[in-house]
Amino acid sequence: MDATTVIAQAVFIIVATLTLIAAFLTVLVRNVFHAALALVGTFFGVAAIYLMLEAEFLAIVQVLVYIGAIAVLILFAVMLTRGLMQRDTISFNRQWAWAALVISTLFLGLFILILQVPWLQTPGTAIYTDLTPWLGTQLLTTYLLPFEIVSALLLAALVGAFIIARE
Amino acid sequence: MDILSFIFNPFVSAYNLVHDTLTSLLQSLGVPPDWIAIIVFLVMGLIVVTVILIVAPVLMMYITLMERKVVARMQDRIGPNRVGKFGLLQPIADMIKFLTKEDIVPQGVDGVSHFLAPIVAVIPVVMSFAVIYFGVGMGAVDLNLGLLFLMAMGSMATIAVFMAGFGSHNKFALIGGMRAAAQIISYEIPQIFAVLIPVMLAGSISLNRVIEQQSGLFGLGWFILYIPVGPIAFFVYLLAATAEINRVPFDLPEAESELVAGYHTEYSGMKFGLFYLAEFLNMFIVSAIGASIFFGGWQGPFVQQIPALGILYFFGKTFLLILIQLWFRGSIPRLRVDQLMNFGWKRLVPVMLGTIMFTAVLLWFYRWFLESLKGLGG
Repeated sequence: MDATTVIAQAVFIIVATLTLIAAFLTVLVRNVFHAALALVGTFFGVAAIYLMLEAEFLAIVQVLVYIGAIAVLILFAVMLTRGLMQRDTISFNRQWAWAALVISTLFLGLFILILQVPWLQTPGTAIYTDLTPWLGTQLLTTYLLPFEIVSALLLAALVGAFIIARE
Repeated sequence: MDILSFIFNPFVSAYNLVHDTLTSLLQSLGVPPDWIAIIVFLVMGLIVVTVILIVAPVLMMYITLMERKVVARMQDRIGPNRVGKFGLLQPIADMIKFLTKEDIVPQGVDGVSHFLAPIVAVIPVVMSFAVIYFGVGMGAVDLNLGLLFLMAMGSMATIAVFMAGFGSHNKFALIGGMRAAAQIISYEIPQIFAVLIPVMLAGSISLNRVIEQQSGLFGLGWFILYIPVGPIAFFVYLLAATAEINRVPFDLPEAESELVAGYHTEYSGMKFGLFYLAEFLNMFIVSAIGASIFFGGWQGPFVQQIPALGILYFFGKTFLLILIQLWFRGSIPRLRVDQLMNFGWKRLVPVMLGTIMFTAVLLWFYRWFLESLKGLGG
């Protein structure tokens, strides 16, 4: 194993550990606002892993959409709905055992599925070309229908939110 | 390497000189080639990062001086002139004051959020410096998604404002934080739309490519000259960017007359200094992006012969845009919240949507025209 691989492995392990810690904090922390901040950390860790996989576009869009928009919306909602000075909420309720069961089943299923996939064993060749134009072209040609359906769905959600807000 | 080319392109030449010296030194020591690559990468990276980390605060310090001087003149005052000639040492005095002041943390604050907020405010701005092109070939990273990266870093500012607003456990800070968040989310949309126009004209998201595409007309083929879409996009960009970084007339999140100091009410000493640093660096970054995508960045006459001129062009254009923002501050009163929201959603967004469609149609006709010309020739 050459030096670059060793360093890449080390960086991956550090980033993955930090991401997992942030993910655990998201579910375990008792303060909702802190949980939302930990979620931001998780998103950032995932972006870093995308970056390590040389999926730069995905990484940056992850930061732009998940941190810049979704996390901000979650924080906004937390600040608007919760009694802000009341700090702690209970992170476990009576259904926690059922939830744990469902989640662990899902996790196991995914885990077995991932193990069964015949992954490419040879080191893949890195793609250094700019994939963004290709992505755009594909979205507006091959995947036009899903793209348009998603836009219509988002528009419907927007109009729905607007009508609910007016009442 | 001859002296003349070194003078004409000092920073890139110095970088190459250090890079080559280090490589040959390691080779003569008999280090294996893959380790040489890693060591050279780390050392050169460290040098570039250090330079950026020194340049950024110094820039900020002198932008504060510039702001105080310019606004003072607009208000018929003189401005700081006691520390050093023309007050040139004033920023250093301010810095020492910031660093030596007591850091007061109120009892009721939310420890983690209150402590981390200033740090989260500064990091994305400094990261933005990595993809800015300060001159010909003078960018730390040639990211082919440069502009998208800059937008992503800009969008992270909201998190810091939220953390400061919530963490302070203070009603003024909270209202300031909410206002800031609503404002940043709203104005991010027209800002990104406005950036999209140069991207469409250049056909690339890479900041480097966008700048290179403006090399026509003897280095003056700037995208702002693409009438009518260029000026509209630039105007919207300037307004949206000013709102995005909470500057006057869009400084509602820290409106002194209503909210004490908004989201940084409960901050003192260097923590407040970091928010201040982030604000002024944001102003620089926003102006640098504007200068790069609308005014050609380092493009200008004779830049191919003497690359060092590119640095002058870039900083000249950037500081011109900063001056325009200071001019805003000196002459326009603050907006009301409802005016701000109406202006963003009902004016800027529709205008930009129309401009994008118009640009797309224009580009389509232009390409069709070129194609038919080719058909005639062949």
